[in-house]
Amino acid sequence: MSAQAAPAATAPVVTARELSRTFGAFVAVDRVSFEVAPGEIFGFLGSNGAGKTTTIRILCGLLAPTSGSATVAGFDVTSDAARIKTRIGYMSQKFSLYTDLTVDENLRFWGGTYRLWGSEAERRRDWAIEVAGLAARRRTLVRELPGGYRQRLALGCALLHRPPIVFLDEPTGGVDPEARRRFWDLIDDLSVQGTTVFVTTHSMDEAERCHRVALMHAGRLLALDSVRALKRIFPQGTLLEATCPRPAGALEVLERTPGVIEAALFGDRLHAVCERAGMAPVLARALDDAGNGPAAVRAVPPSLEDVFIRTIRDAEAGGRS
Amino acid sequence: MIRRILAMTVKELLQLRRDWRTAGTLLGMPIVLLLIYGYALSFDVRDIRLAVVDLSHSRASRDTVQSFLSSGYFRHVATIDDTEALDPLFDSGAAQAALVIPAAFADDIAGGRTTELKFVLDGSDSQTASTILGYARQIVASLTPGLYKVEVEPPIGAAPLVWYNPDLKSSIFLVPGLVAFILMVTTVIATTLAVVREKERGTMESLRATPLAAIELLIGKTLPYLLVASLSATGSLTLAWLLFDVPVRGSIGWLAVLTVIYLAGGLGWGVFLSTLAESQQVAFQIALLSSMLPTLLLSGFVFPISSMVQPLQVISHIVPARYFIAALREVVLKGVGPEVWWNDALALVAYGAVVLLLATIRTVRSL
Repeated sequence: MSAQAAPAATAPVVTARELSRTFGAFVAVDRVSFEVAPGEIFGFLGSNGAGKTTTIRILCGLLAPTSGSATVAGFDVTSDAARIKTRIGYMSQKFSLYTDLTVDENLRFWGGTYRLWGSEAERRRDWAIEVAGLAARRRTLVRELPGGYRQRLALGCALLHRPPIVFLDEPTGGVDPEARRRFWDLIDDLSVQGTTVFVTTHSMDEAERCHRVALMHAGRLLALDSVRALKRIFPQGTLLEATCPRPAGALEVLERTPGVIEAALFGDRLHAVCERAGMAPVLARALDDAGNGPAAVRAVPPSLEDVFIRTIRDAEAGGRS
Repeated sequence: MIRRILAMTVKELLQLRRDWRTAGTLLGMPIVLLLIYGYALSFDVRDIRLAVVDLSHSRASRDTVQSFLSSGYFRHVATIDDTEALDPLFDSGAAQAALVIPAAFADDIAGGRTTELKFVLDGSDSQTASTILGYARQIVASLTPGLYKVEVEPPIGAAPLVWYNPDLKSSIFLVPGLVAFILMVTTVIATTLAVVREKERGTMESLRATPLAAIELLIGKTLPYLLVASLSATGSLTLAWLLFDVPVRGSIGWLAVLTVIYLAGGLGWGVFLSTLAESQQVAFQIALLSSMLPTLLLSGFVFPISSMVQPLQVISHIVPARYFIAALREVVLKGVGPEVWWNDALALVAYGAVVLLLATIRTVRSL
């Protein structure tokens, strides 16, 4: 399985080499290697327990790796964690603001932990307030803010000291789609300005907005590439989408049909991966024959979710490397 | 380093200001406790109901009765002529004590002979009885020294157990212990909760990703509570002086030094506990139990250490309040300098150092 980073034009800001972390007998991160280029939006995609947060915590110097090595901004995570902490911003999965302090007080405090002082601190606070769109609510207690504002304020706090790299651990959990979209606009802006964004998510939509996506499953990095390149694992026309009256019963029918590699249920639709293109009529007939008609089958472009499911199945069928 | 600590301290003070429950508890609780304990925890006995059996009917006997009444401890409830009539008075509780003056009293005194006064006590509450007995002895001794011999006859077998010298007001002894108790309980609980709150809310994880070092976090976080606790201590001692006439005879400077050392130990203990608890609820319970019980029971605050069983006496050596109370009594009540209590101060320093070291090690490891 290819887990190699694309060659970066400049020196990578994050490198991981055979990084592993175990908790007792549980392997949370299993020999993971990758590199992140400056200014890149690097997505870590995986379900809960895939090892995303553990990897981020190792990179932020909060957790020591069991084996392997990693560098962030040129510093080793094991021996130079203190220096890494001055050069990164981190938004943890849990909410990281003090809800009993005002917007301004939170910014003052987080700036203070990075030794921001005087006019520079003031400029950065103004910047963060503007980014979060909270100009009129500087003196509002954070607990009175809606989730979307809190998320952007938390990001502002993590960026006060102008870190070249920012780690965002599932930053948009529990936020409505509009706030989520605005948050990702911010991430795009950061990237354009040269900040490296390392973001974990289990949302396919968000992963689509990353420059490159690493697929994590059970502690292992299964694939790493741009979204477009990842989708090429399906040759043109081999991914079919079927709609029929009883989708749940149709899964077995499709899996039994010769020429179908695998099938999966996507809500009220089914996706089938076929050995060759042009199999839509075959599948439609098979469903009709099984009494699950009328069925409509057509070729669709693969979504990231198709890629994710396929990659995991391949990895599990192919055994461990 | 200073800026980061300052940022932490300012943040903590802001949160404390918003959290009126905690702030109120820290500042108000000592006062409430001082009032409750100060008034309730008194071993003084006043208004003792005294029955008089005057068989002498003489000037000398009336003078004797008068000295009892004017002492301020006794209240006259009955005068009877027959000792047999005392029983119902004691049974009903109308009298706690009776003074029996024999018929020959006046003649004996006039003739220069030894005479006897009988003092009858309700000994069902042995502690109160022994206190009353102390008062009576004093009064009789002050009449004409050497003239009378006092014979005590408790109707119910009383075992006198003298805790505090009865002619001293007990509040004077209790207040230093009370101050120690209040300070320990409030600082330990406040610091434990302050750290565990960050863990519970998830902000600790974000703090750890900043350049803020563990030691900066600890100093910045505990400094405000040290400040508030010092205020509490000052308030408690002032209140004790106003309400209970507890003087501060010794040096305020030494008092401050001792208090700060003692508080540092309490803060250290709170931080240490905070590394063991993940939720505020658990933290509150272990903080309350581990600070309140030893300070109340094993410090000499209420129960003298010398009257404890051997194992408890040994355990009391690791209770910091033991040394603080001992030193505080010396400084506050006697006004003596470090030459008397240096070993208590040293024990406090040792305790503080060990606990703070433990707290730092645990914090660095667990953070």
